[in-house]
Amino acid sequence: MSTATVSHHYSSTGLANRKIAIWAFIGSECMLFVSLISTYLIYKDRSVVGPYPHTPWTDPSTGHVYHAILNIPVTSASTFILLMSSLAMVLALSAVENKGKPQRNLGERILGNSKLWLFMTALLGLGFLGCQAYEFTSFVNEGLTIKTNLFGSTFFTLTGFHGAHVTAGVIWILSMLFIDMKRGLGPSDALNVDIMALYWHFVDVVWVAIFTLVYLIR
Amino acid sequence: MDHPNEAAVVAAGEHGAETEHTGPGWSVYWKVAVILTILTIGEVWVYYIPAFVASRLFLPTLLSMSALKFVIVVMFYMHLKYDHKLFRTLFTGPLIVATSILFALLFLFGHLRLGHGG
Repeated sequence: MSTATVSHHYSSTGLANRKIAIWAFIGSECMLFVSLISTYLIYKDRSVVGPYPHTPWTDPSTGHVYHAILNIPVTSASTFILLMSSLAMVLALSAVENKGKPQRNLGERILGNSKLWLFMTALLGLGFLGCQAYEFTSFVNEGLTIKTNLFGSTFFTLTGFHGAHVTAGVIWILSMLFIDMKRGLGPSDALNVDIMALYWHFVDVVWVAIFTLVYLIR
Repeated sequence: MDHPNEAAVVAAGEHGAETEHTGPGWSVYWKVAVILTILTIGEVWVYYIPAFVASRLFLPTLLSMSALKFVIVVMFYMHLKYDHKLFRTLFTGPLIVATSILFALLFLFGHLRLGHGG
């Protein structure tokens, strides 16, 4: 956080109202995602027909063999991408908070470039969405849709909701990047960037849980 | 940039209230990123070891690594370790309620059993 005093509304606690609001929102989002994860776990292994996430399945009517549908290498790569986007986001926030301070060398100039880190965060977010689009497309091509079985319904609902949150986050980051390019972000904007960063990191930690519970645990 | 976030002032209120805290900088952020990467590689690695997948350690190991990643991101990237306790309450309160409901539902639907043979 910067030492600059900024003109935001504060509650009687001395804390910024909007920061309290984003934490309350994140708390409510926890409830939403845990309910979606609960639904997935409850219906796990209860699909009457395939394709299944971790085991092959042969359609008795056609004799067609469906392989285990989850693509762990692609999802591992997308998980890494999202984790690195969180690193880029904390560096963007740090750069905005420290804007105006002297930068003594190339390393400090790179670390202090908020536009670069906001761009990198958005780019990595788009990379994650690209991986998810590829995954969804390949699932549909292999015969798994939201209507196929219980796994398809709960899987697409859960990961689709998460993807929608990532999309909203990318739009938010690109808007902030646009403002940074237009007039420049400084310490007085640190709260706005901090709120955006909290949302983005939350989207990241939700994926940390989804990756393990949905993709890795059989 | 050695410690860009240290000795920070979070907010100065209308009534003059101030809440000071220190936050991590680049020196911490890159280490956190390395730890998260190692934990992710570890998770994927154990997934591809059939003997380990079949063992009783598989589930606790994966859940522990995932929980550790979750906590690290929340503590360091979301700055909850350094922030006001009200934020911690706003986050952990609903998380505890939601997780309790998750376990209750898993128990009700027969995914968890108490004792031997339930």
